[in-house]
This record gives sequence, structure tokens and C-alpha cells, in this order.
Amino acid sequence: MKKILSIITLAIFLVTGWSCKKDSDFLEVQPNTFLTSDQVFSDPKLVLSVLADLYNRQVDFSSLNNGWASFADFSESFPSESGSSGIVQRTGWGYGSWGVDWSGSYNYIRDMNLFLQRDSAATKLSDADKKRFYAEGRFLRANFYFELTKRYGGVPLILQPLNYDYSGDTKYLQLPRAKESDMYDFIISEAEAIKNDLPADFNEKSRASKGAALAMEARAALYAGSIAKYGATTPAVSLPGGEVGISAGKAAGYYTIALRAAQEIINGNAGPYKLLTAAGGASAAALSDNFANVFLLKSSPESIFYKDFATGVTHGFTTNDQPYSFSDEGGDAGRLDPSLNLAEQYEKLDNTFAPFATTNNNGTPIYYDNVQDIFAGRDARLAGTILLPGGTFKGQTVDIWAGYVLLDGSIVTSDEAGHLKSIIPGGPAVQVVGKDGPVNGLEFRTQTGFYIRKYLDPTVGSGRRGQGSTTAFIRYRFGEVLLNAAEASFELGDNATAAMYLNMVRARAGLTTPLTAGEITFDRIVHERRVELAFEGHYFYDMKRWRLAHIVWDGTPTTLSDLKTNIGSAKQHSTQPWGLWPYKTYFPGNPNDNKWLFKETLPSLVTGVNRFLFGNYYTFIGDDVRAANPQIVKQPNQ
Amino acid sequence: MKHLFRYGFILTLLITVFSCKKDNYSAPGTFLTGALLYNGDSIYVERNQVTYQIYQYGFGSVGPIGGSFAQDGTFSQVLFNGDYKFIISNGQGPFLWKQTSSGAPDSLAISLKGNQNIDLQVTPYYIVRNAQFTYTGSDTSITATFKADKIITDPAMAKDIERVSIYVNKTQFVSGGDNVALNNMPGGAITDPNSITLKVNMGGAVRSFVPSQNYVFVRVGIKIVGVEDMIFSPLKMVTF
Repeated sequence: MKKILSIITLAIFLVTGWSCKKDSDFLEVQPNTFLTSDQVFSDPKLVLSVLADLYNRQVDFSSLNNGWASFADFSESFPSESGSSGIVQRTGWGYGSWGVDWSGSYNYIRDMNLFLQRDSAATKLSDADKKRFYAEGRFLRANFYFELTKRYGGVPLILQPLNYDYSGDTKYLQLPRAKESDMYDFIISEAEAIKNDLPADFNEKSRASKGAALAMEARAALYAGSIAKYGATTPAVSLPGGEVGISAGKAAGYYTIALRAAQEIINGNAGPYKLLTAAGGASAAALSDNFANVFLLKSSPESIFYKDFATGVTHGFTTNDQPYSFSDEGGDAGRLDPSLNLAEQYEKLDNTFAPFATTNNNGTPIYYDNVQDIFAGRDARLAGTILLPGGTFKGQTVDIWAGYVLLDGSIVTSDEAGHLKSIIPGGPAVQVVGKDGPVNGLEFRTQTGFYIRKYLDPTVGSGRRGQGSTTAFIRYRFGEVLLNAAEASFELGDNATAAMYLNMVRARAGLTTPLTAGEITFDRIVHERRVELAFEGHYFYDMKRWRLAHIVWDGTPTTLSDLKTNIGSAKQHSTQPWGLWPYKTYFPGNPNDNKWLFKETLPSLVTGVNRFLFGNYYTFIGDDVRAANPQIVKQPNQ
Repeated sequence: MKHLFRYGFILTLLITVFSCKKDNYSAPGTFLTGALLYNGDSIYVERNQVTYQIYQYGFGSVGPIGGSFAQDGTFSQVLFNGDYKFIISNGQGPFLWKQTSSGAPDSLAISLKGNQNIDLQVTPYYIVRNAQFTYTGSDTSITATFKADKIITDPAMAKDIERVSIYVNKTQFVSGGDNVALNNMPGGAITDPNSITLKVNMGGAVRSFVPSQNYVFVRVGIKIVGVEDMIFSPLKMVTF
């Protein structure tokens, strides 16, 4: 009994002895799976990691990690992947095309608003850090609203985190769309407000810098100016409340802002940005290589702000689009094939436009000694943007030809690239189609006669699925800033300045005969942007803001004569992607034996036409969104 | 074991007896049909391009039931009985639909209690009248003559002709998007809107039909400045 008593006493003693001390500690353990916002906003490294997430959630119309098909469409290219033929087989776009996830976007905006609120309330950060983070947050928010505005026009402009009070009444959260002009005014004023809080650091390219803010401002003001000016040509594309459409009287004001912002960058106020120029002399090949390098060199003095990639965070652009025959990854290749519509836009060196000479005036074919001869004497950006037949990539030559032409005009070809076949009955079996195509309907090989070169990464292994490519996607670059300045000057009536800026861009591409002030027309501005900024996500928005989209993509099929006439005209219609197929001649005993001839070919999969409706100018806002917030007015013509 | 079968049998019986009756709505079966009309004249448009919206209220979220008019300006929609509102959005069609004072499209209330046919009265900018088509064998061409009748003449709202077009197709779908041959004439080249002559040379298109056919379908259309949708003549089959 005594023994039991003493054991119990001991037990009680032990229990009370240990328990009392530990209780509060046990209940107040610091969580080790998340950080509170106070903790995060006391350490610049943690704030930067929050900011990194915000950077990562920016959207781009086309980007290197958002699918190769985001670069396709609009007849600038042909999709050589069987599952994507729909791009060239549809007869128009739904009103909802090019939309972004609405609630996801506003979640993102809320996160940015929360970031700004918490950053400004932070007490343990240094003032310099705080100010820079705050400016970066505002840059990202303005840039994202810009992306929304390009697609939807005015959207609810929410600059504070909204909180629901659980009262059952959500009316106070239902905000109407802002005017389209208010959206652009907001972007411009944000850029002005933050530009001096951001580092004017020329080497800061993946984070916001002064240059990025000014580049955003210039582009936004230019868009607003052109919507004001050219929106007058399509009065049907507007809303009475101004959510879509800007009054024509505001155009000059916006163009002035665009020019000023662009000139701040050009004059070096934001850092020594300049065009990347060729180191290896001025040969055509060197100029083309130089232009391709703009998109490969991360340290290029031309890029202002880009989405960066690195080992571990790579993209599959090169995997998807590399030439088939020396693909790093077997069948993974060749999806994005630029069209002849785009290729023939590249001028001759005397500043004139001409289709590639395939036939004489009387219709007989022109014979070339080398496959590349037909492309000679052109804007260096042609070979810098497009991998032409006979072009080289990773030190190998692409093998693009569609077959043999015999003297009677018949064609010997095969439905399998690189297939061996006899040209004449009983003759030796030889290769009758290039290993890289083109064959109608044969996916992953070119079907237009061209491969994309822009962004294509020559690094060893960049085409492997597992390794991927780490080239950056440029969102703002100096070349575009020059073109923005040129357009704004032109619209303000200063053709001499416009010519000066255009000539800077053109000289880098080997077009050394300068354009005179008298030669600057609207068509020139449109054309220069199309060729310089091809596949950079500009063409579509440019066509929209100039209100050219419904003219260029008018729903009637593109005939061969449409294709070969009006090149360089802003209104040349382009509704179907054509190709240019090289053929070898087999004319034994004839002087033209074993030469090259070319045929413009509409790939047989192209059965649709591009038809852009007035209702396509501004993307449809979902019925679910408008049902939840009746304040949001419908887009025009939908 | 026997019990199991018995319960199973009863359960199956109960499920089959009760499920069909209670759970399912019958499919919508009431036809709402209609046609675009102006003073009794049909309005001919391009298929799938002129859309309408039908709203039914009282079911939570508001969203339209959408559809588009056929070439001859008719539509057909299967719905449940009930009260609906019908609109044609601003900017749709080569005509004006009634608007409210604030500029929104005015709605047409429809109380559906069985199959119903409605006439949609609209005011077109133009109407194509007296379209005649003649085939000339020597150059495989079709010549159309027609009158562009300007309906909206109020200077504040009237619009000019941007161009007139003739379209030929091997099927009954004939428009800018569906054709094998076409020809355009800009509005400025029209001397007399009461008698417009427009010729299209079909050339090789006719000979390349597979399988061959000795007829085509043809329409003429008017494109109005600043209006997206064209207005067409009735469809005509031309044999040769």
C-alpha cells in the first residue's frame, strides 16, 4: 500500500512537474509551413520572392512557354501539326477568342493590390527597397491592365484590394468598366509616377527598370492615339459610355506622350540602350545573323524588359519548331512555318516591294542556279526571321524542296519526305523530296517551304524535350521603341523625324538607302512594324488598333494575284497562308537541267479563311461575369 | 441468399418504377420560328453571320440562348414553353432593329405556349430588287441586273453603298465566304442604282467541279459602308 502510494505520488509529481511548464509553449508553436505577411515584408529577399511570383503571372499574347500555337495564326504562318489544322480551317474567330481567364486575372490584380498595400505598410524594410518594390508592383499592375485593355477595352479599374463583408449584399463590389481612355491614362500616369523610382539600369532586363516603364508608356500612348484616330473609321466599334473607343480629339495628345516617352529612352535617359549591330562586317549573312541574335543574346543592348528563362525553367519553342531532319528529338519539330504572305513583305535593297520572282511576264518559270538565289538582295531580316530553303541552323543546311519537275511539266514527288524513288521509269532510285519537306499534310515538316528562325536556339541540346531552351521572350526592346517614335512623329506630321527613326531600324537590316521624309506614309509605318516585329505578339494588336483587321482579314479567299499585288500596302488582304515551294529540274540535256524553280502553293490543308468581324475587335466578356456583375456592359457588335 | 435476391428484386423494381417519372425533364419541344421581314419582303443575309439572342428570366444567372439566321433570313429554335425576350444585338445585320432611348436593342417579348412563328420587322438600309441572272455560254459568265432600293433615306442614318458583289457557288450556300467565283463593283462605279449590271466570269471554276454539275447557285449582295453584314438577293439556280 505504502509502495503504491509512493508510486502515485511520484507519478503525480512527474505529471505536474512537466506539464505546467510546457502548456503555453505547446500551444504557441511557430508554424513552419507558411510565413505571415509581417514576416515576409520585413526581409527584402522574401519580398522579392513574392514579387517573383507576380512577375511570373504576367500574361503575353504569345510567349515562348505558352505554346508554339500562340505565335501562329493570322496567315503569318502555317501550323504544321495535324491537331492544329483548325487554325487554317476555320472561317473566323469566336467573339471569345484571345480572352484571358477573367477571375484569374482579378485574383492576380488583387494579389498585386495586396502586395502594394503590404509593402507600403512595411516598417522593417529600408526605404530604398520599399520604394523599388512598390514601383515594381505598380509597373506590373499597369502592364497587366494594359494587357487586359488591349483585349477587352475598358475593364473595372480596381486599385485597392476589395474585401467582402459577408452582409449578403455584393452590390458595392460590382464595379463598372472604366472608359478605354481612362485605362490608357492610368497606364501612362503610373509609368510617369514610377519611372524615377525604378533603377535606370541598362543591365536590369528581367525586372522592371526605368526603360521598361517608359517603353510601356510609349506603347500604351501610341495604342491610345491610334484607337482615337483610326477608331473614327469604324464608328460601329464603340460604346456610348466610352468603355470601347476613344474620341478622335484625343489622338494628338496621346501621340505627343508616346513620342516624348520614346525619346526619353532614345536619348539615353534610361540607360545606353541601342540597336544590336553586326560585329562581323556588313555582309547579308552577318546582318541576318545579327538580327537573329537580338532574340538570343540576353545581354543585348537592345532588350529592355523580357521574360527570362534559365536552366530548370525552360521552354520548348526550339523543340517544337526546329527543322525536322536534324531535330534533337525525332519527330518533334517544324510546327511553326512562316507563310509566303509574310516572307514577301521583306523589301528589296532598293526599298521597293516585289513578290519573289517565280515566273517571267509570259508565265514561264524562272530558273535559279542555287536555291537561295531567289531570296538574294532582300532585307536582311528576311533570313534573320525565317529559315529559308538552303539556310543553315546549328551548322547544318535545311533540305527543303518539293520534288523534281520534268521537261513536260509533270512533277515527280513523294508523300514521304526523303523518300527514294525513280524519276523516270527504270531509272535509279533517288531522293525526290527534301528531308525537311514540303509535303502537303505531312506534319512536323514545313508545308510552306519555310521554317521559323526568330527565337530558334542554336545551343546544343536546346531542341531536346528534357533540356529545353533558355532564350528570353522580349516584351519591350529598343527597336520597337524606335518604331513607336517613328509612328508617333508621323502621326504628328513630322515626317523627317519619322524617317530618321525608321532609317535607324532599317539600316541595321541592311537597307542602307535612307527613306526620305516624303516617302514616309502610313503604309510604310504599318509595313515596318510587320516585318521588324513579326512573331513578337504585335501584329494582331497593331491590326486592331489601326482598325485594319476587318479589312485585311475580310473573309474572302486569298488568290495568287491577291498575294502578288499590293505588297507593302496596309490593306493588302491576307486570309490564307501561302507557301513557296522549291523544285529541282530534271531536264537531261537541257541548259536548265538541275536548276531550281519555285511555285507559290496554297497548302492543301488550308480550307478556311480569316474573317475578322466588328465583334472581334474587343473580346467577349463572359456571360458568367456579366451575370455576376450586371454593371459590366456588353462589347459592341456581339 | 434467397433474401438477397428478393431485396435486390424489390430494389430494382422500385428504382425502375420511380426513376423515369420523377427525375427527368422532357426535352424542349416547342418550336419558335421566324423570319426577318421588311413590309413583307424577306431580308436575305449571309448564313451564320447575323445572330440573335433569346433571354429567359427567372433562372438565376442571365445569359442568352444564341443562334443565327439562315440565308433567307429565317431562324428556328427549339425551346420550352415560357416567357422569353428576343433581341438582335446592335451592329448585327444589314438593317436597323428597334432601339430603346438609351441605344440598347429593344426586346421583343414572346410568350411561348406552343409552336409559334414570329415576324421580325426590321428596316434594312437597302433591298435588292428584281434580280435577274443570265448565263452566257461563250465565256461561261453570269450577268446579273438588279435594283438597289435605298430604304433608309433619312440623311442622319442613311448609308452609301461600299460595293456590290456577285457570288457563285456550286452549293446553295452563296456568300463572300462560300463561293467559287465572285466579282465586285465599287459603290462609286454605280451610275444608276435602279439598274445595276454586274458580270462574273466563272472561267475554269465551272469545269473543275468534282463531280461535274450543270448548274450553279448565284446571288448578288450589297455591302454598305460601315455595316458589316451584306444584304443579298434571293438565291437563284442557274443551269447551263
